[in-house]
Amino acid sequence: MAEYNYIGASLPRYDGEGRVTGKTVYVDDVIKPGMLYVKVFRSPVHKGVVKNIDASETLKVPGVAGIVTGKDVPGVNVGWFGDVPVFAETIRYQGQVVAGVVAVDEDTAAEGVAKLKVDIEEQTPVFDMFEAIKPGAPLVDPAAKSNYFEGWPKGNTFKMVLGDVEQGFKEADYIVEGDYSEGVQDHASMEPHASVAYLDEAGRLCVHTTSQCLAFQLRSLMAIFNRPLSKMRYIGGVVGGGFGGKNEIHTDHIAGVAALKFGKPIKYRETRREDLRFSTKRGAWVFHFKDGVTKDGRLVARYVEHWHDSGAYNTFSSYGIEKGSMFLSGPYWIPNILIEGHLVLTNKPVSSSMRGYTSSNGQYASEVQMTKIAQKLGMDPWELRFINAWRDGDLGASRYKVLGAGSIEAMKKTAELAGIKLPEHLMQLSSRRR
Amino acid sequence: MKQILSFTLNGEQVDLVVKPTETLLDVLRERLNFTGMKRGCDDGDCGTCTVLINGEPVRSCLTLALTAAGKDVVTIEGVAKDGKLHPIQKAFMDNGAVQCGFCTPAMVLVAKALLDKNPHPTRHDVVYYMSGNLCRCGCYDEIVDAVLAVANGKVKEA
Repeated sequence: MAEYNYIGASLPRYDGEGRVTGKTVYVDDVIKPGMLYVKVFRSPVHKGVVKNIDASETLKVPGVAGIVTGKDVPGVNVGWFGDVPVFAETIRYQGQVVAGVVAVDEDTAAEGVAKLKVDIEEQTPVFDMFEAIKPGAPLVDPAAKSNYFEGWPKGNTFKMVLGDVEQGFKEADYIVEGDYSEGVQDHASMEPHASVAYLDEAGRLCVHTTSQCLAFQLRSLMAIFNRPLSKMRYIGGVVGGGFGGKNEIHTDHIAGVAALKFGKPIKYRETRREDLRFSTKRGAWVFHFKDGVTKDGRLVARYVEHWHDSGAYNTFSSYGIEKGSMFLSGPYWIPNILIEGHLVLTNKPVSSSMRGYTSSNGQYASEVQMTKIAQKLGMDPWELRFINAWRDGDLGASRYKVLGAGSIEAMKKTAELAGIKLPEHLMQLSSRRR
Repeated sequence: MKQILSFTLNGEQVDLVVKPTETLLDVLRERLNFTGMKRGCDDGDCGTCTVLINGEPVRSCLTLALTAAGKDVVTIEGVAKDGKLHPIQKAFMDNGAVQCGFCTPAMVLVAKALLDKNPHPTRHDVVYYMSGNLCRCGCYDEIVDAVLAVANGKVKEA
């Protein structure tokens, strides 16, 4: 076997020493002379329209420099993947940012926020996906026809088809159905969202960010600040935990708008409470499964209808439906598949990516289905999974050819680690051949 | 009513004027710019703001600065000496106990407080003593391995 310099070798982390000595500079560790701080006014209502912002009492607080609102955004008042505003004039969820107060320290800024008089005309929200899709439900997006995302060729339904699912059900000896739901999760990275923004000596707007995806967000920020790339510096790379929660712009746009308005370095950081209550989440999901199986344990058809709670905006949840649909066959060869996915807006915090985004969602439902099917057939659940597992060359739900399949080998290893002795005829199976 | 606060920070005398309501976290990070310890929850839950006062780990976000008066405060910046890593720091690097690093300075300090008092802890002692510090990346096993490696003399001089 060849000797490699890196493959198989254990190397010290290139940036490990800074982290054990405290020298690594995270965004909140950036402290600039004369820096001002932002605290934001968050909507107390779940849905409504901002009619007026009266800052007269706020501006009397000693140490308050001023406020920032949508009127101060130099470019477009839209961040995050094209639909979430920097400062909201139409409220779609409780805690949505309406305005910011800039002051010499956070206590003073918070006092300024408390004295801000924001007149919001409250409207009726809708929280449950299945209430939201009823005809006549209050619209989360006032400009939309319904609370469904309707941007797919089939309108409000994303379809994925392999084979002929109706024919598959005719060939089946048993039909096994199940309904499953998944709740909301927060990433809870140890480092809360934070930004520092300032104009440098060359007139560039510098933004220190906790972002996990600088290239995506830089484009959004250039549009928000109405600045070309040559007038921006976006400084990242040190992230105190992300887990998919730092794939959106949480604080960079607000810090940047304030830095441009006041000409001073600005720090805006969320508290742990703000982060947990109002930042993006792994969104809720509901699945209906209908599987067709033959007496000898062959999966011949699967139909899944699934609904994803997008929260108040789409961001990239419609992409999540498309990607997630692909994985709903599980790691199994099923010749006839129909997946129908729906994305639904509700007046809740925005759903977004989190560890194993949309590929882990629905896997527990799929596996509970497999166990239910095994019980129905009186078959060992290991056996059912082994005989249906992907082999190289099988087709996945989106008609891609599976290469490098490994679930049989993974199951063998799992059984070994769990101290389970599998029967010999299963141990002889391989992902390389059926 | 502001007051004068005098204490020892990583072996050096510090004197400054503070408000009675200021936390030790705010004084160390925002005023003295010792940013090695982190502001995580600012609510006493996560432990990322840990410093040592007279050798005992405390959450600096829940500690009023004035309670440090006359005491000996150690932050992560005071752990490596003369450009040499402390064995605990070396062990954290060797054992893969560092991922995003946001909890790491606090973990190193808590481990130091434990080993200074009890140089030969059991695995249970380490887990119990460090249970107040959270790591969302989930490298708890590696952190405990690192502390035990130091206790068992398995860390070469850094």
